[in-house]
Amino acid sequence: MLKILFNYFIFPGFIFLSILGMFVSWVDRKVTARVQWRLGPPILQPFYDLRKLLLKETIIPKQGNTLLFVLSPVLSLLSVILVSNILVLTYLYPQRSFMGDMIVVIYLLLIPALTTIIGASASFNPLSSLGASREIKLILSYELPFILALLVPIIRSHSILLGDIIRFQQSSGSFASSLSGMLAFAVALLCMHAKIGLVPFDLAEAETELAGGVSIEYSGPLLAFWKLSKMMMLIVAPVFLIVAFLAGGGITGFIIKFLLITVAFILIKNTNPRVRIDQAMRFFWGPVAILGFVSVLLALMGF
Amino acid sequence: MFEKTKTLTKSLFAFHVGASACNNCDIEILDCLTPKYDLERFGVVLVGSIRHADILLVTGVVNKKIIPKLKKIYEQAPRPCFVVAIGGCSCSGITFRDSYNFAGPLDKIIPVDAYIPGCPPKPEAIIAGLAKLINSVKS
Repeated sequence: MLKILFNYFIFPGFIFLSILGMFVSWVDRKVTARVQWRLGPPILQPFYDLRKLLLKETIIPKQGNTLLFVLSPVLSLLSVILVSNILVLTYLYPQRSFMGDMIVVIYLLLIPALTTIIGASASFNPLSSLGASREIKLILSYELPFILALLVPIIRSHSILLGDIIRFQQSSGSFASSLSGMLAFAVALLCMHAKIGLVPFDLAEAETELAGGVSIEYSGPLLAFWKLSKMMMLIVAPVFLIVAFLAGGGITGFIIKFLLITVAFILIKNTNPRVRIDQAMRFFWGPVAILGFVSVLLALMGF
Repeated sequence: MFEKTKTLTKSLFAFHVGASACNNCDIEILDCLTPKYDLERFGVVLVGSIRHADILLVTGVVNKKIIPKLKKIYEQAPRPCFVVAIGGCSCSGITFRDSYNFAGPLDKIIPVDAYIPGCPPKPEAIIAGLAKLINSVKS
């Protein structure tokens, strides 16, 4: 019991994840600034932002649903912590994984987006409901290719256990070194990009035309929870991609892969303008889904 | 309250209130975020929603029609928050001060924490004004 609490709140959980998340979000902002030939914020900037937001006043819309409005950022944060707990502990101790943890992880990764929709709808603002409708369409578009891409490791390792997937890769090389695995990895990378809500797919909180979109009515600590769960997703997404496609190699290999995937996210973010929602849906249901199908077929044929 | 305002100094989320400005001050505010001046060094970020704002950058001549909207926006901002009057118009009214539609400088409507005069103020002047505001809050 004590060990579970320790795992949840300290080591792969809350404290570890928030410190690392703040650091990665600083790296993101700094690299973005350097790409634009700016100097960028100091290293403690995400910490300053969160500290300020935690001490600020919270305004709750009078006409909205107060319970859902308050609960949704907290639920988002808790589910992200739980995902990272499962992923990191499974990576460290592959033999300890439980039946169907892949499915649990897929569902838990969906919860931040779902709570975003619930919170936006509960805040009784026309702009945030527009953002919520965009988020729904985005989920509809990226979930299909994402699950198709995740079928590849399941087919190749003949198991739905994350621990088996990791052990299979540790014994016979990571999936991303084969053709089907490489295609599936590219598909999963794009879907993860949309899941975190980075720039080409940040339609739900479009700063320019929706003025914050889904988070428009959030202020103070609740906004801090949203930001923190966004930062933690920046950690969880690369870790999940490594577990599913790039496992194997020691701790240094893990760190190098983590950094490479993070850099890929940041570069995609900085070199692409935001797409419209119909373009995003066409992109994910067209080329990305086809690529996913092809990779599943290749995996079934044994490539 | 004192401690809260101190935490604001490290990270200011700026909200841009255009009270019928001629657009020059607005352009100069955006200039502050460009690579040459880069206000993000001090943690200043432009946000789209008033609920996220810590500092209101008000530009323009305050006229009779804009008063209720200005008051509404000021009430919607989560406390603590600062108000900065940018440009001669919102500081004093300059050439429009005798107009039939002029409703007084900004500090008649809502409390103002810093004034940055100029027509329009240079980005350097805006940065200096914000730095002075931050220093006065710190001490």
